[in-house]
Amino acid sequence: MSSWVRAVPLWLCTMTMTSWAAALPEGLVDLGRPATESEIAAWDIDVRPDFVGLPPGSGDVWAGEEIWLAQCASCHGDFGDSNEIFAPLVLGNITEEDIGNGRVDSLKDPAVARTTLMKVSTLSTLWDYIYRAMPWNAPKSLSQDEVYALVAYLLNLGYVVDDDFVLSDTNMAETQARMPNRNGMSLDHGLWSVSGAPDVSGSSCTADCDAAVTVTSYLPAYAMNAHGNLAEQVRDWGPYPGLWTAAEPEQLAAANVVVEAVLAPEAALTAGGCSGCHQMAGQLVGPGFDAIRVKYAGQEHAAYLRDKIANGGAGVWGSMPMPPMPAVDDDALQQIVAWLTSGEE
Amino acid sequence: MASDAEQGQLRPAPESFLSKDLVEDISRDGIDPARRSLLQGAFAAAASMAAPVLMADDDPDIVNLPSWTRSLGKPVVANPYGQPSPYEANIVRRQSPGLTRTDQSSVSFTPLQNLFGMITPSGLHFERHHQGWVDIDPRRHRLMINGLVETPLVFTMEDLLRMPSVSRIHFLECGANTGLEWGNVAVPTVQYSHGMLSASEFTGVPVSLLLERAGFDRKRATVLLAEGADGSSMTRTINLDNALDDALVAYGQNGEMLRPENGYPLRLVVPGVQGVSWVKWLRRLEVGDAPWATKDEVAHYVDLMPDGTHRQYTSIQEAKSVITAPSGGQKLLKQGYYDITGLAWSGRGTVEKVEVSVDGGRNWRGARMEGPILPKALTRFHCDWVWQGEEALLQARVTDSTGYIQPSRAQLVEIRGTRSIYHNNAIQTWRVGADGEVHNVQLG
Repeated sequence: MSSWVRAVPLWLCTMTMTSWAAALPEGLVDLGRPATESEIAAWDIDVRPDFVGLPPGSGDVWAGEEIWLAQCASCHGDFGDSNEIFAPLVLGNITEEDIGNGRVDSLKDPAVARTTLMKVSTLSTLWDYIYRAMPWNAPKSLSQDEVYALVAYLLNLGYVVDDDFVLSDTNMAETQARMPNRNGMSLDHGLWSVSGAPDVSGSSCTADCDAAVTVTSYLPAYAMNAHGNLAEQVRDWGPYPGLWTAAEPEQLAAANVVVEAVLAPEAALTAGGCSGCHQMAGQLVGPGFDAIRVKYAGQEHAAYLRDKIANGGAGVWGSMPMPPMPAVDDDALQQIVAWLTSGEE
Repeated sequence: MASDAEQGQLRPAPESFLSKDLVEDISRDGIDPARRSLLQGAFAAAASMAAPVLMADDDPDIVNLPSWTRSLGKPVVANPYGQPSPYEANIVRRQSPGLTRTDQSSVSFTPLQNLFGMITPSGLHFERHHQGWVDIDPRRHRLMINGLVETPLVFTMEDLLRMPSVSRIHFLECGANTGLEWGNVAVPTVQYSHGMLSASEFTGVPVSLLLERAGFDRKRATVLLAEGADGSSMTRTINLDNALDDALVAYGQNGEMLRPENGYPLRLVVPGVQGVSWVKWLRRLEVGDAPWATKDEVAHYVDLMPDGTHRQYTSIQEAKSVITAPSGGQKLLKQGYYDITGLAWSGRGTVEKVEVSVDGGRNWRGARMEGPILPKALTRFHCDWVWQGEEALLQARVTDSTGYIQPSRAQLVEIRGTRSIYHNNAIQTWRVGADGEVHNVQLG
C-alpha cells in the first residue's frame, strides 16, 4: 500500500487496468463528499420487486379513476386501452385462469396485441414507474397515495382486483400474488452476462453451402416511399445514389424552387457575413432584410443587388457604407438575391 | 493608426509591389498617362488570362476554373462550431415514420450508408429518448452513489473531471436495433434497419474506481441501479461484473463533452451491453443485491419467445455485422469494381473474422478488416467485388473472439420466433438487381 502511494505519478501514467484494486490513488478520497440523509431520500425513490423502497400509503380504485381521467386518459384512454399515442396498457383480455397460473396464455398467440398488463410480472414496477415518470408532461407531480390509487385503478381495468379494492403498502405482496404474468419471465438465457452461453449458432460453411436463396420478403413497390424519397436520404453524388421513390421528379423539383425562393437562405447570410450588419427585421448597422425585400421586390432589381453585394456601396440607406462581400460565393449570391427580390412574405 | 481613425479616414494597404519611387511620384503629382502605364505593367500577369478553348476530351470542370478557384474564400470562424458541407445535407439522423407517435419517446437512426471508419460523428449518433432530452447545467449536476456502500457519496462534475480518466472506443447499439425486421422486411435502407448503432470514443471515470471510493460491499453486491436526471429518471439494472470490468461514468465523447441528446454532462457507458443500459444524464448509481425490475426490464426490453415467456434482463449485444454500402435503397450506376464495405461488432469481445457472400450465403470469402480491432467496438471491413450486371445477394457474417458465428435469419427465428422485438442479430441480405437497384430482402 505504501509503495502505491509513493508511486502515484508513475501509477497514473501507466494505468492500464480497468478494475481498481483495493488501492486508490492518494488524495482521491478528497473528491466527493458524503451524501446527507435527505439528499438520499430525495433521489432514492426506487421500489424493488420485494417492495424494498416502497413508501407507506394507500389509494382506492375510485380515487384512481378520478386521477386517471384528469391526468392519464389523454394519452392512455379512459380505460387504458388507447393505441393512439402509446401501446395499450390493458385491453380486458386477461382471464381468471391467467391470474391463477400467473401466466398470460394469449402471449403465445401472435394475433393478440400485447398490452403492458399482459407482460408486467412485478407489481412494484407499476408503482415505481408511475411515481418516477408520470404523468408524461409533469413527472414526479403525483403524491404517493395518488400512485397507489392509480395502480389500483389499472389493476381493476385488468380484472385483477375488484371495484372496491384499496391498494396499500400492507397488501402489495398479496396483490403481487394475483399479477397475471407473474411467472412469465425467464432468466434462462445467456444475454445477462458477457460469458453467457449463446442459444443460437451460425454456420461456418464457406463453400457450396446449403443456403436458401429464394427471396421470401421484400418491400413492395407501393411501400418504397413510406420512409420518404430515398434519393434525398443518401449522398447524392458518388457511386451509390439513392433510389428515387417519390411520385414525380419534375413536380418535386418545381415545388422545391418555390420553397427555396421564399425561405430565407440563413446559412448563406451567416456564412457570407451579412448577418453581422443586417437582421431579419429592423435597422441594425445596415437596413433590415424586411425593408430591403420591400424596396427591391421584383426580378428587375436582381442585377443591382448582385452588384451591391459583390462590390459594396454607400448612401442608399444612410451614411454607413456597405463593404464588398467576398465571402458570398456565386451560389450564395444567387440564393440571397433570389430571396431578396422574391417579394413573398 | 489612432490619428487616421480620428480623422475618419481609411488607410490604404501598403503597396509593396510598386517601387518606392513610383509611389512617391504618384503621391506627390497624381496619376498621369506615363505613370498609369507603369501601373498596368505591374498587373500584366493577372491580365494575361484569356478565356479557355474547350477541346472534345477536356473536362470543363478542369479547364474552366470554378468560382471557388477564382475568388476569396470565407473567413475563419464563419462557423465557430464547424458544420458539414452543404453538399452532405442528406446525411442526417432520421425517424422511421409511424414507428412512434410522440417525438419525445422516439428514435432517430444513424445514416450508416454514408459513413466511413469505426467512429460515428457525434451529431449523427442515433437518439433514443424515453421522455424527451434535456439541457442540464453541469454546475448543478450531481452524481450520487448509495446503496450497499460504506459511505454514500455525492460528486460534482468538477470532482469527476479531476479524477483519473480513461478514453475508450466502444459501440453503442439499441437492443431493438433491427427489431422491425423480425417478421418480414419492413424498412428500405440500412439507416432504418441497423441505424440504432453508433460508436464513439468515450472519456470518463471507471465505475470500479467510484465504487471503490464509496467502499462498496464486495460480499453482497451483485448489481447496480443506474438512474438518469431527466423527467423519466430512467433506471436500469446493471450486472456488477460488467460495471467492474469496463464500465465508465463518461462525460467525453469523441474529444468533446457529450452532446445533450447523448446525455450531457454525464452518462453511463457499459461496453457490449444494449444502449438502454447506458443511462443518460446519469445522476445516481445504487449498489444492490437483487435486480430492480424497472419499467424497461419488465414492460419493454423483454424478449418474447414462442412459448409465451419473456426473457428478462437480456443485455449483451451478440456478434453482428452488416454491409453498409452498397445497401438497400441505393443504386449501382455502372458495372465494374466496387468496394463492398460494412461494420462488424460483438458485445462479448473482438471481431475475429468477417466473411462476405455475393450469392446469398452459398459461398463466402474473407473480408479485409481494418484496424485497430478493439473489444466491444465497431470493426470496418472491406471486400473487393466486380459487378458484371448479374443479380447478386450480398451478405456479411462475423465470427467473434469467443468463436460465436452470426446466425442466418432462419437459424435465429428457429429458436426465438419472430415476436422477440429485441436482439435481432441475423445476417442481413441486400439484393442487387440486374438494373443495379439494391433492395432489402429476406431469404427462405
